[in-house]
Amino acid sequence: MSVDVDAVVAATFRSEWSRVVATLIRVTGDWDLAEECAQDAFAQALARWSVDGVPGRPGAWIVTTARNRAVDRLRRRSVESAKLRQIAVVAEPVADDDPGGVADDRLRLLFTCCHPALSLEARVALTLRTVAGLSTAEVARGCLVSEATMAKRLVRAKGKIRNARIPYRMPSADQLPTRTSGVLAVLYLLFNEGYAATSGADRVRVDLCGEAIRLARLLARLMPGEPEPRGLLALMLLHHSRRDARTDATGGLVTLEEQDRTRWRRADIDEGVAVLESALDHGSVGPYQLQALIAACHATAETARSTDWAGIARLYRRLAVVLPSPVVALNHAVAVAMSEGPAAGLTLVEELAADGGLVGYHLLPATRADLLRRLGRHAEAAAEYLSAIELADTDDVRDFLRRRLTDLTP
Amino acid sequence: MKFMLFVCADAAVVDNDSDGPGADEPMPWADELDAAGIRLDGDQLRPPRDATTVRVRGGEVLLGDGPFAETKEVIVGYDVIDCADLDEAIAIAARHPVAQFGLLEIRPFYG
Repeated sequence: MSVDVDAVVAATFRSEWSRVVATLIRVTGDWDLAEECAQDAFAQALARWSVDGVPGRPGAWIVTTARNRAVDRLRRRSVESAKLRQIAVVAEPVADDDPGGVADDRLRLLFTCCHPALSLEARVALTLRTVAGLSTAEVARGCLVSEATMAKRLVRAKGKIRNARIPYRMPSADQLPTRTSGVLAVLYLLFNEGYAATSGADRVRVDLCGEAIRLARLLARLMPGEPEPRGLLALMLLHHSRRDARTDATGGLVTLEEQDRTRWRRADIDEGVAVLESALDHGSVGPYQLQALIAACHATAETARSTDWAGIARLYRRLAVVLPSPVVALNHAVAVAMSEGPAAGLTLVEELAADGGLVGYHLLPATRADLLRRLGRHAEAAAEYLSAIELADTDDVRDFLRRRLTDLTP
Repeated sequence: MKFMLFVCADAAVVDNDSDGPGADEPMPWADELDAAGIRLDGDQLRPPRDATTVRVRGGEVLLGDGPFAETKEVIVGYDVIDCADLDEAIAIAARHPVAQFGLLEIRPFYG
């Protein structure tokens, strides 16, 4: 047989893992048991499918196998009447084609993993491990901690869910909007972690951007009535479309302005724009849709020069209303500098600097340096580049700023 | 499931009162939850200067005369509620009047 069993198992894992785990958690209430049984089922699939052939419906095979495994484990573990009742519930096969129930389970899982009673790092870890199905070692690499630290973090997070009685269900209608924002924030954090680490010494990290997009896609599909999950998905796709152009042959950062736009991935841009349009049809424009609109302005501009900077400045002003933050204000200043000239931008940047909200953020001196450079004030620009280099937190960014500094003509 | 709500507020708000701040004021939050059988108990506490902490170290009973933690916010009261899970407890705590300016710490009971 020429079927590549490993590839089929891997594909099934990607599409079915969260579904199997989510359902098993609901029926057993035991997170560890659910993960172990799901893992066992995939291990069995690897062994059996290469001998018996790939079943007609691989997903259904996995669900049944994992479920049987859970029944076995529970039966062996205890004969208490409560456990026996639980076994009866687990053993009862659910209709695999019941999209509502299955969908609800995965949403329940995602909302529970992103519960605000958990620390942010616990939310990230649980989401990667339990929803995305990464191994503990992979999650550890993704979060830049040792495997032992990550294992402990996951145990503690599951303990908190159990002991603090974090419920395994969707939030109530009045809690849903803030909790949905919380889930979106975790997914965007995952994406940004991956985005900041696509090159250099961090190349060993797992593909967090890819995982974040996969999770956002899932969330967008499971919450069709909510436009913001699609706004986030669009935003990620549009940023991710530039992944091949963001670094040069030596791994150095390339600015948006200087990127080779033929290397942007067309398919991602097209999908991002289409997803964004369907979100905007709802008529309730939240912060992720606004950010995606900005990303779309960049992604669809033929050249850096022909970018609609005035439009981008307007979008940043709208974003500042729904998401007031000094970082948004800084980006607004950059857009104004591009549309009205560096002097107008610099005025806004100086106001921001005076507010003090961006102290310690390397992009404040870096932006100032860039605007001063454009104004021909090179000595002042050099001083700002030096402060930015001091504050930058990755080698990529430091290297980029050093190059800019050397390029300054005195 | 039983939950303890520790009601915390800025020490300065409660320090000057002898009978407890707002002790006589009506408290619809408590009345509603009492009527629904959700709130099992609740009261206001004397300020931290009247607190005693008890610790046992190496078999020796150590008494302290302050609150359990040195922060600006102190526990001013508590409520014991019975509800299904943390999300329900959060919703109830968020409706407590002190949540507006202080904070409530939710702690599940054992068992």
